[in-house]
Amino acid sequence: MEKRVTFRGWWLPLLLIAPQVIISAVFFFYPAGQAIWQSLFIPDPFGLSAQFVGFGNFEYLLGDKYYRTSFLTTAIFSILVTLCSMVPALFLAVIADRLIKGSGVYRTMLIWPYAVAPAVAGVLWLFMFNTRVGVVSWYLGQLGYDWNHVLNGGEAMGLVVVASAWGRISYNFLFFFAALQSVPRSVIEAAAIDGAHFWRRFFTIVLPMLSPTAFFLLVVNVVYAFFETFGVIHTITSGGPQQSTTILVYKVFADGFVGQDLGSSSAQSVILLIVVGVLTVIQFKYVEKRVHY
Amino acid sequence: MAQQSGMVEKRGAGIWMTHVFMILGVIVIFFPIWLAFVASTVSQPEIVSPPMPLLPGGHFWENYKAALFSGVNVPVATMLFNSLVMAIGIAVGKIIISLLSAFAIVYFRFPGRSTFFWMIFLTLMLPVEVRIVPTFEVVAGFGMLNSYSGLIFPLIASATATFLFRQFFLTIPDELAEAARVDGARPMRFFIDIVVPMSRTNIAALFVILFIYGWNQYLWPLLITTDPEMNTIVMGIKQMFPSGDDVAEWPVIMATSILAMIPPVIVVVSMQKLFVRGLVDSEK
Repeated sequence: MEKRVTFRGWWLPLLLIAPQVIISAVFFFYPAGQAIWQSLFIPDPFGLSAQFVGFGNFEYLLGDKYYRTSFLTTAIFSILVTLCSMVPALFLAVIADRLIKGSGVYRTMLIWPYAVAPAVAGVLWLFMFNTRVGVVSWYLGQLGYDWNHVLNGGEAMGLVVVASAWGRISYNFLFFFAALQSVPRSVIEAAAIDGAHFWRRFFTIVLPMLSPTAFFLLVVNVVYAFFETFGVIHTITSGGPQQSTTILVYKVFADGFVGQDLGSSSAQSVILLIVVGVLTVIQFKYVEKRVHY
Repeated sequence: MAQQSGMVEKRGAGIWMTHVFMILGVIVIFFPIWLAFVASTVSQPEIVSPPMPLLPGGHFWENYKAALFSGVNVPVATMLFNSLVMAIGIAVGKIIISLLSAFAIVYFRFPGRSTFFWMIFLTLMLPVEVRIVPTFEVVAGFGMLNSYSGLIFPLIASATATFLFRQFFLTIPDELAEAARVDGARPMRFFIDIVVPMSRTNIAALFVILFIYGWNQYLWPLLITTDPEMNTIVMGIKQMFPSGDDVAEWPVIMATSILAMIPPVIVVVSMQKLFVRGLVDSEK
């Protein structure tokens, strides 16, 4: 789409666009270029010189057992976060949609967690499951279950998944709720007259009409799980125990800042960049489709 | 849409069950926040001998005063102030640069227009998390570690806002620009008198989203604020945990967590309509 009516001149628009272009160049393109460049080198331990290794860092990474494990961990983590945030959100949205009175009050309560930063959510869940003082872990202990996410990798994963999914339930709820509100009532009533019951109507009419929203949320939630859950993992497990919760983004941080392995960290950044690129393309392809819907 | 209920069952026993489910859902979702609040109103001994109480105690003022004015490494009041500067800086900065560049892209034809457009578009794909090491080096090179500009600038370069404004500007009727041109108005007059006032709802909606985005940042402040005086509250909470086997000051930490979520919660709840609109718009 283009405007028919435009203003003349070329220095004014360049001046207007300059702040954004300069900031993008300095803080986006230059660092991204650096990441790509550094990924082709191995610096010496003193940081004085670097040896060109071509794709050596990538070859090393792809052969590295820990990196492949981290890929798998990230895949499991994102799938679980997406499921644990979308299913309850859909359920709550369906119930909220059935209410005429009071849905505003419930909605206000339900969107609170969205405002809570992932890192703060991490602290809240850590507190509930803390091995020494946590309420939930204490009650689990009374039931005979010995909760210890500090030692047990599976429990650690469960905890970071729930803590990450929690705030997203609010987000997904809002989108599902808006989509449900836009399902034409006439279609639903016609089905009701034909004797279709609630669940029947839900699976045959409502769910298919929600599919564009659901697909959109799927992509957005995977992106979230990949890139925005760093705070949760850093506060709860710091990637442990035995790297069982080290997702890719956490590994970039751990290798680059804690381990000072710049070549490897940059190569990991580049791989992540490709992942983001693919996800963004999927998102946009989908957005185009959504316009027709 | 009151008449929408019609014959589709929205009454009787079904409706009560629906309320019951809804209330259960809200309780489950809300429980972590409630527990944090309770923990911020009881004393340390009550927490370290589990199970802790589930109803608020009488140490509210004591704990919040301890958090706000002494904290663990630095008073929480300082961290709150830093977060506020960062969140507002990011929101206002992003809105200003995006309004300007979207105006340039929509209302002018100039050399390099499409190149710049694609350049901005590409920044959509680069979250801070994937370029942390080189960005850190750039910011360190500028001497911006432990400064507000270091906290703000790397995060205001994002294309989302520009795209949002571009979409909106394209819907402004051409007649308005035409009339402005006939009247001999300069482009910037048109921008300030017509375009910006017409965009105020979009600006407000975007402000809500960007404020929360800025407030909730974790990794970036963690990397570049080594001086506790510059810590933001969201990253500062983790720094309050002792290393090693010492017992954490749970009431103070939980009071800080509550303080950390109050500003974004107020923004979200009080501007709910704008917030939902901003959310839906910025994801389109």
